[in-house]
Amino acid sequence: MVKTTHPRKIIIEPVTRVEGHGKVTILLDEHRKVQQARLHIVEFRGFERFIQGRPYWEVPVLVQRLCGICPVSHHLAAAKAMDLIAGVDQLPPTAEKMRRLMHYGQMFQSHALHFFHLVSPDLLFGFDADPAIRNVIGVARQFPHLAVQGVMMRKYGQELIKATAGKKIHGTGAIPGGINKNLSIAERDEFLKDLDQMLKWSRESVALAKEYTVTHLKELVDFGSFESNHFGLVRKDGAMDLYHGNLRAITADGQKIFDQVDYQTYADYLAEEVKPWSYMKFPFIQSLGPDRGWYRVGPLARINTCDFIDTPEAEGARQELMALTQGKPNNITMAYHWARMIELLHSIEKIKDLLHDPDLQGVELRAQGRTRRSHAVGMIEAPRGTLIHDYEVNEQDQVTRCNLIVSTTHNNTPMNRAVEKVARDFLSGTEVTEGLLNRIEVAIRAYDPCLSCATHAMGRMPLTVEIQDAQGIRVHRRTRGVDPDV
Amino acid sequence: MSETFDFTLDGATVTAQSGETIMQAADRAGIYIPRLCAHKELHPFGACRICTVLVNGRPQSSCTQPAAPGIVVENDTEALRNVRKSLVEMLFVEGNHYCMFCEKSGLCELQALGYRFGLLAPRYPYQFPKREMDASHPDIFVDRNRCVQCARCVRASRELDHKTVFEFSGRGAHKAIAVNADARLADTDVNGTDRAIDVCPVGCLLRKRYGFRTPIGQRKYDHQPIGSDIEAGHPPAAVNG
Repeated sequence: MVKTTHPRKIIIEPVTRVEGHGKVTILLDEHRKVQQARLHIVEFRGFERFIQGRPYWEVPVLVQRLCGICPVSHHLAAAKAMDLIAGVDQLPPTAEKMRRLMHYGQMFQSHALHFFHLVSPDLLFGFDADPAIRNVIGVARQFPHLAVQGVMMRKYGQELIKATAGKKIHGTGAIPGGINKNLSIAERDEFLKDLDQMLKWSRESVALAKEYTVTHLKELVDFGSFESNHFGLVRKDGAMDLYHGNLRAITADGQKIFDQVDYQTYADYLAEEVKPWSYMKFPFIQSLGPDRGWYRVGPLARINTCDFIDTPEAEGARQELMALTQGKPNNITMAYHWARMIELLHSIEKIKDLLHDPDLQGVELRAQGRTRRSHAVGMIEAPRGTLIHDYEVNEQDQVTRCNLIVSTTHNNTPMNRAVEKVARDFLSGTEVTEGLLNRIEVAIRAYDPCLSCATHAMGRMPLTVEIQDAQGIRVHRRTRGVDPDV
Repeated sequence: MSETFDFTLDGATVTAQSGETIMQAADRAGIYIPRLCAHKELHPFGACRICTVLVNGRPQSSCTQPAAPGIVVENDTEALRNVRKSLVEMLFVEGNHYCMFCEKSGLCELQALGYRFGLLAPRYPYQFPKREMDASHPDIFVDRNRCVQCARCVRASRELDHKTVFEFSGRGAHKAIAVNADARLADTDVNGTDRAIDVCPVGCLLRKRYGFRTPIGQRKYDHQPIGSDIEAGHPPAAVNG
């Protein structure tokens, strides 16, 4: 039974940052029913402050240190903003295509990492499986071909990043107005050798995610699911474009809230709400207000917002996913995994096209700037969703203001909704079981948030679950990694 | 024709010309003595002491100490390597050196010395000093966080550019690089093409808007440790033979 000894208020210590630290609190009413559940992310990085004064051409390299998982996204979003600061509106074809190759390589490795290393144990062994088995080592033991496939796909994407940015993590490829290298014939030929294998594995990954979703549809359709708006970048013709596009937001049933908005004006359409219990802001669509304007980003949102995908195999896969909901937006949280694998296939198709494009061997790497700007926004579709970098730079080339809205921040309200729904549906009494703990993780994990708790340490994330009674008194607390039985 | 004489460097016989320093003679012999403030185009200064060698058992900076007939010089010994490593470590902790986003990374002599000496983490506590940046000049960015007080810019401005743009101000722990104006670099007669900017061994004096143009893998120290050019250009065996 739950003991009520040593009741005290929750204390959030902003010592550490996002990665590795998430906390869920669950509020119970007097009948011990779930009243509220929250995911707390103690995110305090300080980047927006300490890049002030730094020269603008340094920012794409500096700010990518926000993340060790998808630094390319920050590198490119910052570079896109600094292109405009430097007065460059149009990159040379070689520069843009090298950046795209870097980005698709990043998307490929990140999605492979998430699906095979972090999520597959839940899908292959079940949510309630013994955590001693439900981990990546368990996958390697029982499904060695999948483990190898995940490693090799990730390696392929990382090598693409190295070939375009100089290093697999935290490279320097994109510079304001262009790129610092092209792709040699020898580098290209190395990638072409393994391309067919990567395409085959990507098709199989889509099939695996689809089969899992369809087979378990009855269980998944309601698991942490809810209706929401969806937001992302789309190309002018409505196609999915992970590198560049205009803003589109749709409602849960597919009505357009806004469309083809120049992202330089994003602040006219989005706003951020601050809540006292989290360091992470809560973005929302201004015209709908904070209560109705929250939205989802990431693979499922991108599949929902785009009209089509411009690579044939991924487009076929997209149509199959959309058929599940008769062409209407899909609001099933666990469908994120299927959508993510469709993007994986799309990325390798794009990589194939780029590797066959002679522009990658071009020698015009930089464009000369014309009219400098003092304020610019760079936006990109990162693996986890839309990433916004917003900078002001003074006449002496120093950054004076910076606002970063990262993918995980957009998904803040949705992740909280998912956590609350799972808690309501599965919490019986006040005893926190391993199954509940893992179901909460599964719901968070569907969004692939950039928290170490949901990414780095599968099955061992230092997640703390607290249960409070109606007076806010903590009645139960379990912390994975601290309590030996959790 | 100048007079020549021999001395011993780590057991090898090195021939020096009259008026040469120990470092100059060693360079010609293909023997690398690590250094930071020394620069082949500038008068020696003896600021960093990384080139310290033992001359007949006494520590001397090899960039300033003239070679002399018959002296016995120790250079590549464990004790001296440890002293040099300590000096580099102290330079790292005394400033704010963040190699991970510095545009001089891969081109920086301080970083290259750290790699050459196998410096993994400094043994001394970081000082985290508060240093000012000067972005006032249209073509030059000054980041004093990375200054190692080598005085190369001070000397180059005088000796190569024939100006007096840079100088030190303050003493001891308060010593800092200053410009020949009330406050801003923009108010001096420095020019974006001045050699004083080129000779900075670290990321303190930077040409604006050029950073990161050299890809990783093609930077000076990406593949060869600092000093390799001296060692490769003049193999010691040729001298000894």
